Amino acid sequence: MIQLIAFYLFATLATAAGALTILARNPVHSVLWLIVAFFNAAGLMVLVGAEFIAMLLVIVYVGAVAVLFLFVVMMLDIDFAELRAGFIRNFPLGFALALVLLMELVLGAGAYKAGALKLGTPDGSATAAAGASNIEAIGALLYSRYLFLFEAAGLVLLVAMVGAIVLTHRQRSGVRGQNVARQNARRPDEATHNVSPEVGKGVTL
Amino acid sequence: MTVAQLIKSFTLWEFLKAHLITLKYFFKVKATINYPFEKNPLSPRFRGEHALRRYPSGEERCIACKLCEAVCPAQAITIEAEPRDDGSRRTTRYDIDMTKCIYCGFCQEACPVDAIVEGPNLEFATETREELLYDKAKLLANGDKWERALAANLEADAPYR
Amino acid sequence: MTAFFQSAGLPFEAAWLLATVAGILLIAFPVMLAVAIVIYFDRKIWAAMALRKGPNVVGPFGILQSFADGLKVFLQETIIPSAANKGLFLIAPIITFTVALLAWAVIPFSATAILSNINVGLLYILAISSLGVYGTVIAGWSSNSKYPFFSAMRASAQMISYEVSIGFILICVVLWAGSFNLDTIVQAQKGHVFGIVNGFVANPLLFPMWVMFLISGMAETQRAPFDLTEAESELVAGYQTEYSSMAFALYWLGEYANVLLMCALNAVLFWGGYLPPLDIPVLYAVPGLVWMLGKILFFFFIFSWVKATVPRYRYDQLMRLGWKVFLPVSLAWVVIVSGYLMITGHFA
Repeated sequence: MIQLIAFYLFATLATAAGALTILARNPVHSVLWLIVAFFNAAGLMVLVGAEFIAMLLVIVYVGAVAVLFLFVVMMLDIDFAELRAGFIRNFPLGFALALVLLMELVLGAGAYKAGALKLGTPDGSATAAAGASNIEAIGALLYSRYLFLFEAAGLVLLVAMVGAIVLTHRQRSGVRGQNVARQNARRPDEATHNVSPEVGKGVTL
Repeated sequence: MTVAQLIKSFTLWEFLKAHLITLKYFFKVKATINYPFEKNPLSPRFRGEHALRRYPSGEERCIACKLCEAVCPAQAITIEAEPRDDGSRRTTRYDIDMTKCIYCGFCQEACPVDAIVEGPNLEFATETREELLYDKAKLLANGDKWERALAANLEADAPYR
Repeated sequence: MTAFFQSAGLPFEAAWLLATVAGILLIAFPVMLAVAIVIYFDRKIWAAMALRKGPNVVGPFGILQSFADGLKVFLQETIIPSAANKGLFLIAPIITFTVALLAWAVIPFSATAILSNINVGLLYILAISSLGVYGTVIAGWSSNSKYPFFSAMRASAQMISYEVSIGFILICVVLWAGSFNLDTIVQAQKGHVFGIVNGFVANPLLFPMWVMFLISGMAETQRAPFDLTEAESELVAGYQTEYSSMAFALYWLGEYANVLLMCALNAVLFWGGYLPPLDIPVLYAVPGLVWMLGKILFFFFIFSWVKATVPRYRYDQLMRLGWKVFLPVSLAWVVIVSGYLMITGHFA
């Protein structure tokens, strides 16, 4: 009973937030609705019994990815008139994309009804064996059966990160940055020295 | 960077030293005084709220010479004078605009009869501006109220004048 | 507690609901009360280290100062700037405050006093603390004002940076304890060193991690010396600039609740939580709650002590510390700790 109420609550909120994400005029509101959607998805994960995935969803998507989204979107200087002008121009492309997505949805629903794949059955028979916790089950699979794929995914991410840094990093000449190591290594006795100059002689700097 | 410095920076040595100092101060006697209940001693020369003094007989000291009005750099003092019924020269009006006053103390320096003085009172904040436009009655009342402190201060400072 | 309500003749669902609400209130109210008291302690400690007396007028020794402040703030007018995004402007402090209270759900106050003893407790805390930044960011953006916006930018960058190294530090603890469950982590520290000292902190391999966790915790809670988001010399009052009345008070409460949470985490993860410092039977006569609260207060003293001692960092120094010092060191430490545990057969 409680599960059912919770499921419908999370599911409705997730769908509604998802819809509002694309309907909201203000991009910042969009991102915030997206966060709500992530949250409710995490709630659904908890209901399924995958609390580890739920926590990862919140930590990675809500805690890091969405913050970066927000970071970028907040700094945009949005001109709504220009946005609408672009809407007319890009309408055919957008419509085509929407059609493709709709077809995929229909196909997915049809395939799910046909019942060929046994991965996620609605009756919950695919849940992990009792006793082993979520994290252990995932870890055991990830580091045995899917070890190669897992490491490959890590490598791809590393390459992507290096690529992003290489693409965006510019070596500018003539910039006088500070050398923190040198600043830290500097001691008072090498920075200053006391002199007692004769009267009328002055000091050499 | 020498090895010693490296060790120092990784053991946060300087932070620890700083924290020991603050911990020492944590247990020290506090410098704060509990203001409205405890007050710091004031110098007899302290220049606070103005007052018009009287002679022990009850006669007001001010003879309306207007030296204070003349010397006042902020032009905060306004005096009008007339002969009194007994023929002595007295003020009919003695106003100090406390919002103009800069508390330089020239008025009490100029006064030949120690009539106008700046007392030790520094707590005369008011809620309205008008209350700070002192008239003769207010100044005389101040003088009556603070006479003992004023006399004591003048006496304490007398050897240096 | 559900059983208790069921014994009163309620059906299971109603009893469960009542028990959950009662549990939440049992944690939320003491935390809020503790926040009020702790703000007073903070001011007193800070004052004492600056040779001042601190608040001493309201109530005996001024202990009711926070309540007086609360009352004052409660009676003030809530000012909403006309250019602000009203909905978000009002939601932001609520987010900060709620999130600050949410994380307390998994903190074990004693062996039995845990609201929800979930398997992924530590991850839950990481997840919740990563949400804390939204209150700040949304406040900064919705105020539609320069300084709050700068402050929001700083806050988001700062919190993301230090979450990374905190994550690696926590991995070291989790590797040693073998669990994400906070209660299990506390139990794993029983007699950890020489069979007599309770707490990972006495372990020479984990001690540096504790120091880094303490510092990262200060950065994560935007506490001095890392309180760059509200650096008054540069940003007026940071993201709180446009806030007044209760909305401002919610930020205040949320901030201190977060600081207390960090203190509790220090206690739970490294100092043996509700266990006494030494594994001697006599010390277990003192209830675990007392040890836990004592440790939280001790860490709060350290937080205040640091606040009173160290001047505010510069922003580039903060970023350098997070990315160029803490991240590589904690990453290397994960390798060292897991290597040590592999060699000694900890996982077998």
